Amino acid sequence: MPHMTDERVRAGMTREEDLSLLNEVSMKTAGVSHLEMCIQCGTCGGSCPVAADMDHTPRMLFAMLRAGMREEVLRSNTPWLCVSCYHCVVRCPQEVHIADVMYTLKGMAIHAKLYTDSTAPHFSQTFVGMVETFGRGYELGLATRHYLRHFPLRLPGMMPMGLGMISKGRMAITPKRIKHMDQLTKILDRAKELELTS
Amino acid sequence: MNKYLLYPGCSMDSSAKAYMESLNSIVEPLDLHLEEIEDWNCCGATEYLGINLIPAYSLIARNLALAAKQTDSTRTVVAPCSACYLNLAKADYYMQERPTLGAKVNEALAAGGLEYKAGMLDVRHLIDVLVYDVGLDAIRKAVTHPLSGLKVVPYMGCMLPRPDYQHRWSDHEHPTELDDLLRALGADVIDYPLTTSCCGGHMTQIGPETAFELIHRLVSDADERGAQMMVTVCPMCQMNIDAYQNEMNHFFGTDFHMPILFFTQLMGLAFGKEPGEVGIGVELVSSRNALAHIGVEVPVTQEPAAPRKKDEGLPMPRRWTKHEGKKEAVK
Amino acid sequence: MTERVGVYVCHCGSNIAGTVDVVDVANWAAEKLGRQGVIIAREYKFMCSSLGQELIEKDIKELGLTRVVVAACSPHLHEKTFRTAAKNAGLNPYLVELASIREQVSWVHSDKAVATAKAKAVVSGAVSRVIENRPLEEIKVPINPNTLVVGGGIAGIQSALEIANAGFHVYLVEREPSIGGHMAQFDKTFPTLDCSACILTPRMVEAGTHPNITLLTWSEVTNVAGYVGNFHVTIKKKARFINEELCTGCGICQEKCPKKVIDDVYEAGLGYRKAVYTPFAQAVPNFPVMDKENCTYFIKGTCKACEKFCPTGAIDFNQQDEMLHIDVGNIVLATGYDLFDARRVSNYGYGRLPNVFTSLEFERLSNAAGPTAGNIVLRDGKTVPKNVGIIHCVGSRDKNFNNYCSVICCMQGLKFAHLVHERTGATVYNFYIDMRTAYKAYDEFYQRVLEEGTLFVRGKVAEVTDAARNEREKGRLIIQVEDTLAGKQRRIPVDMVILSSGLQPRADAKEVGKLFGISCSMDGWFTEKHPKLDPVATMTEGIYIVGCAQGPKDIPSSVAQGAAASARVLDKILQKEVALEPIKASVDSALCSGCRICNGLCPFNAITFIEDDKVTEINPALCQGCGTCVAACPAGAISGTGFSNEQIIAQIDGLMMKNLEPVEA
Repeated sequence: MPHMTDERVRAGMTREEDLSLLNEVSMKTAGVSHLEMCIQCGTCGGSCPVAADMDHTPRMLFAMLRAGMREEVLRSNTPWLCVSCYHCVVRCPQEVHIADVMYTLKGMAIHAKLYTDSTAPHFSQTFVGMVETFGRGYELGLATRHYLRHFPLRLPGMMPMGLGMISKGRMAITPKRIKHMDQLTKILDRAKELELTS
Repeated sequence: MNKYLLYPGCSMDSSAKAYMESLNSIVEPLDLHLEEIEDWNCCGATEYLGINLIPAYSLIARNLALAAKQTDSTRTVVAPCSACYLNLAKADYYMQERPTLGAKVNEALAAGGLEYKAGMLDVRHLIDVLVYDVGLDAIRKAVTHPLSGLKVVPYMGCMLPRPDYQHRWSDHEHPTELDDLLRALGADVIDYPLTTSCCGGHMTQIGPETAFELIHRLVSDADERGAQMMVTVCPMCQMNIDAYQNEMNHFFGTDFHMPILFFTQLMGLAFGKEPGEVGIGVELVSSRNALAHIGVEVPVTQEPAAPRKKDEGLPMPRRWTKHEGKKEAVK
Repeated sequence: MTERVGVYVCHCGSNIAGTVDVVDVANWAAEKLGRQGVIIAREYKFMCSSLGQELIEKDIKELGLTRVVVAACSPHLHEKTFRTAAKNAGLNPYLVELASIREQVSWVHSDKAVATAKAKAVVSGAVSRVIENRPLEEIKVPINPNTLVVGGGIAGIQSALEIANAGFHVYLVEREPSIGGHMAQFDKTFPTLDCSACILTPRMVEAGTHPNITLLTWSEVTNVAGYVGNFHVTIKKKARFINEELCTGCGICQEKCPKKVIDDVYEAGLGYRKAVYTPFAQAVPNFPVMDKENCTYFIKGTCKACEKFCPTGAIDFNQQDEMLHIDVGNIVLATGYDLFDARRVSNYGYGRLPNVFTSLEFERLSNAAGPTAGNIVLRDGKTVPKNVGIIHCVGSRDKNFNNYCSVICCMQGLKFAHLVHERTGATVYNFYIDMRTAYKAYDEFYQRVLEEGTLFVRGKVAEVTDAARNEREKGRLIIQVEDTLAGKQRRIPVDMVILSSGLQPRADAKEVGKLFGISCSMDGWFTEKHPKLDPVATMTEGIYIVGCAQGPKDIPSSVAQGAAASARVLDKILQKEVALEPIKASVDSALCSGCRICNGLCPFNAITFIEDDKVTEINPALCQGCGTCVAACPAGAISGTGFSNEQIIAQIDGLMMKNLEPVEA
């Protein structure tokens, strides 16, 4: 039963023009988003540990989605600040999959090139690049690349920590690669095609 | 004998190698058998999901598909990392909740000659199987060097008890599994209201000031409550609080020195392992002073003093737990 | 004999006609069901209107109809209407059949073509069935004028008094030692701030002393048999260990009892009582009860302090539970509600953070007869709070807990704000999602609380924590919330938090419903016969539901429902007899194999096995026509009038449109 509205949204049966943005976000979200069920109670904005740094609370973002304010939503720093702590998700009285909606908005912002601060998108992309190359995370490569690009001034301050990590054997100098990288590449290539057709 | 498929996750042989070493040190006393998933890959952490949906879930699902080929003696996958645990559990759940997602992911897997039928594995976190399968009784029996006198705050982190698709935890906000386990080891467990608050996750990389604020909240509250150390179940939490504590201090002009160890390290110590066997010493905020409080070689057997009888004031209601039936999970 | 069938298709405004082509259905029926005997098919905007009914009556008389099918709403709503119309025109009312093309067709489909086709099938089924209908006569049985009221809260008391004052006898059964219910725990009532005890206790005393009311407290209904007019009820009167004949209610036993117990019921866990106790000073009746689980004598075998000091020798440790058997004609259920267990919202800290209180705890805290004599203090028993936060919607309007609005919590939160302000001068914050003050003089009360300077924050509170982030927060409870009107997250330090917890069905509501043969909604409240037009009756004749047992409501509504149910009961009593549906099961003894499978299944104990003949028999006076035995009989020996195998098979054939095929020779 709780999925009925969402099914209806997905079937394109809601009539309000403004809901097209909300529908699009719902469609692109893993699981059933329940976005249309938001009652604007503010549980998410109240729960969020980083709300103070957000330009809009998640609740406001959902109101903006409903109002069809595409550009403002995709330019918002809110999804990029989301730390995926799921406090809002378990507390939301309407079972909105808030954290997953944030992932969706990040993806949409990257595709529309509408994010304002590139630090987070670049970090994600660098990380994903590593994974797509080696099949495993590679902390040293990731950290150096990322810091060189976005926080070059912080690098000297980071050195003791980095050296500490390396000297204690907690950061590998060389990346590890999985055995069947070719298999993973095939899977991801096919997945990317499927993403485009959806 | 408890058999599981192990998904270690990338950090277990680098930043969280102390976690892996200490885990290896407790499998024998607890009769745990962990079979590593062959050629597993990174789960994508919190990064891939924000770029593309189908590739992100396909990346995770490859691990599930590989695990599904090794289910001769168990269909339970154990992940020691909270983020890995959540990603694996989430993919398994959403592939069922949204069948179209499940179908597309399987189409992608097919390109690599794999398939995964969502729901066929049980994805669980290490502490879940230790508390609920191995059991606190067995853990208590393995303790040779109780941690009496060590004041710890249990730090569960956020991604473990939430969103909890399969209703595995005693509570989303104040779960007691880690508290119970540490108490079974003999430690003095301090009630820590921030036990499931976020460490900042990837914000240390992309918005350090935001992350420092979150780390500061956790460390200062633990300090305020008299903790000698924090105990965690998650490599990311350990990394953020340990490796970035110095920078955080610098940022706020504070001087905290709050070591954070993995719960398995304390289990190893309580089971009589040497500090070197359980990865003690690779943390950046040293735990030496904290561990000096217990002098790990000397077995301490001290009954905790009964709480002083309080006669004034109004009575308190009983504390809530979601599954009172589950043995030992309840205080 | 060929039947002459009339088919009447209702538009129900646009309810049916919006989705079903009713003209097409009527034309189709006239054309295609002629072979079945349909001689006329009409459609009309509102068949249930007097003009619609006249249409049927006229056709019965002028066209000589012998069967009628009305394709309209569910039989629950208008079966009676059309049966009466048929009766008025001289046709046996049981020769009318309703085809539900609203609830089962138009309301559940959106595709007009599909819905119209389905409506035709449903009509076809009803036509085939009605031909197999047989004229039946209603059964009349006398009504027992006594009434059972279960639950002695304000709704039950009101209901009992109304009936008793009309001159009929009432058994008022209450599970707890005293009547009074939740209202007896309150200090003030919104919006007028009447003293709750002052307005309640006169009613309690009246009920306790009324010559027409038999008060059975510390008692529970354990079995219900029979049917409207003739219920047989078994009541367990739990041992009080007090001889009610001798007890004067002097209270010495309670005073002398050495065993202190936390009072989870009346004091909401915030105060103590003794092992032998009356829950409160104005309890009705004022005999104490002995709590066997906690009494030192029952646990250890020694003590008997109460017995030693009782001046009238009223203590009786040998008393046993008693089973009472009573016969009543009607039953009113006023079993009330449970408070939502606020510990479940673990982010609000109730049960972990001492100075978080539930609404019932606060009621006791603010009550002059409560554990603090009405002083609003923290859990240390002495500190007066300087800042208080009141959180609305705790456990309500939340899919994680209860999905519904608990109705009373907004007003309750406002009342608390007023009391805190008045008694302590503290700064009060109310945290709400939507302010719901929809009732006479309720919004005015909101205005008053606003005027008093209470601060309102629109936002569902995210968490209550004692993890301070700065000096200002240290040692306090911090309420973290998004102030949705300001669009900012706020952290508000307070000394005390009051959770305006919601109401939920009694933990045993399902079992109680089963006992009385009524059902619960998805949320667990007892289901009324009609949500608007019959809110106190149930689908089981003679069983009524009032007060919070039916759903969350305030005191005025509970009282109104109590009185409303009594009017319905008195109506039944004054009719002296009741017409029972002639829908009964009967056994064809020639087919009965005596397997006895049906014997244990009858919920009304209407089936007996005749040892001599080795066959089963059904008592028509007890049979309620539920059909359980009909379905269970492996020999097909049991059949139900009104639901005969011929009728059911004909209806299925009709639904499958088999009746449209040419008849083979």
